[in-house]
Amino acid sequence: MAKYSTNEFRSGLKVMLEGEPCAITENELVKPGKGQAFNRVKLRNLRTGRTWERTFKSGESLEGADVMEVDLQYLYADGEFWHFMDPHSFEQQAADEAAVSDVVKWLKEEDMCTVTLWNDSPLAVAVSNFVTLEIVDTDPGVKGDTANGGSKPATLSTGAIVRVPLFLSIGEVIKIDTRTGEYVSRA
Amino acid sequence: MSDMWRPTATLATLKARAAMYSSIREFLSSRGVLEVETPLLCQSTAMDPFLDSFPLEGKRYLQTSPEFPMKRLLAAGSGAIFQISKAFRQGERSRRHNPEFTLLEWYQPGYSLSDLQAELLALVGELMDVFETEHALDKVPQCFSYADIFESVVGLDPHSCGTDELASAAKRHIDIVGDDITRDSWLDLLMSHMVEPEMPAGLCVVTDFPLGQAALAEVETDQKGRLVAKRLELYIGGMELANGYQELIDSKEQMRRFEADNNQRQSLGKDVLPLPMHLIDALAEGMPATSGIAVGLDRLLMVLMTKDSVADVVSFPWDRA
Repeated sequence: MAKYSTNEFRSGLKVMLEGEPCAITENELVKPGKGQAFNRVKLRNLRTGRTWERTFKSGESLEGADVMEVDLQYLYADGEFWHFMDPHSFEQQAADEAAVSDVVKWLKEEDMCTVTLWNDSPLAVAVSNFVTLEIVDTDPGVKGDTANGGSKPATLSTGAIVRVPLFLSIGEVIKIDTRTGEYVSRA
Repeated sequence: MSDMWRPTATLATLKARAAMYSSIREFLSSRGVLEVETPLLCQSTAMDPFLDSFPLEGKRYLQTSPEFPMKRLLAAGSGAIFQISKAFRQGERSRRHNPEFTLLEWYQPGYSLSDLQAELLALVGELMDVFETEHALDKVPQCFSYADIFESVVGLDPHSCGTDELASAAKRHIDIVGDDITRDSWLDLLMSHMVEPEMPAGLCVVTDFPLGQAALAEVETDQKGRLVAKRLELYIGGMELANGYQELIDSKEQMRRFEADNNQRQSLGKDVLPLPMHLIDALAEGMPATSGIAVGLDRLLMVLMTKDSVADVVSFPWDRA
């Protein structure tokens, strides 16, 4: 893999730090007029999602990380792995729980996901900002009450529980914002 | 069509820059300081190991400041002089840096560093009046020696403590990647990451620098008997704005420092630079005792206009130039 020097650090660059694949999110030069320059760098650990802050002496370099993002279709879970497929090549990838833990409650079969591959195996899975899911359990709908913003919990087909307006019933399909976990509308 | 053709400074800011330049010219001319112009493309350049000039074919360098030719004018008997000029430093890009920037540099023969400090503060104060700078900037500066402000934040005497003590103080607070960090670089790291953020919101003057940071300043013994560099920095809100020296006028000591700079450059794997012999010759001929200072005018305009980024005060920053 190529090495990248601090002056090549850009937001989005994938590098290895302390054995972990990271994406650079910020790189700020700190330089006294006549003195040694440093780069204050924020990196997102792609495995844990945590943000790291490190100060590099300018000119230091990091090894690039063999990381790429691909759009794959979610197929099924077998209890241990979550399986995804490239709809063009039909090549399959198996993601472990760590890779899907953030999004597992929004994963619906046949939905397209963005899968981050590190050394060709799934590191993290991201779902679309909006997904449509069916309500499989909720209290009976209250007809006519569409104006007053009351809400109730509803269990969706993936097991996710979200708050929905009172008028919705079992069997209806709704749109959810996965970034906030909030109900958006009927689908 | 991309937006990159557009200027990043507003018309109001461009007008403010023009007004700032005329105020500066008026202030210095009224004090008998002569405006001069010196070449930007010279056969030698700043030797500081951490300043990277842009070299050009045919062994010319875009100047990182107009210091050397201005000192040659002083040695030739110019008397007090000032210049508003472009300066160039490779690789310096950030919210507070643009590789091409504007400096005000002036020299006052016969002035002590504290005389020049008073003149600098008078100029900045006048500009703050002209601009009616909105935020509550106290025009009375807080003044510290480097040792005092450093010790109050870091808890170490920057003149006498060991390199290992600086390193462990830094590592307690900062996740630092990289080794082979010299004593002076640890000082730079602690100063920029720990001390500057603690500086007052208004004007802050730091004087009497550690010897390793003398650059082109005279060295003197301070009240505690320590050897210190007669150098001053003006900060506003923790941002470095001006750097002044009681100028080194001893040509042999200047030569020794240039050679030391080249040795350090070599050990850093940087280009060894041609010695600025015109400056050495001028000093050997005799330059009067002088204090001089360089003020970053883009940053000063940021302060006067309460802008966050140097891109807000230049017409076209590096990526649009």
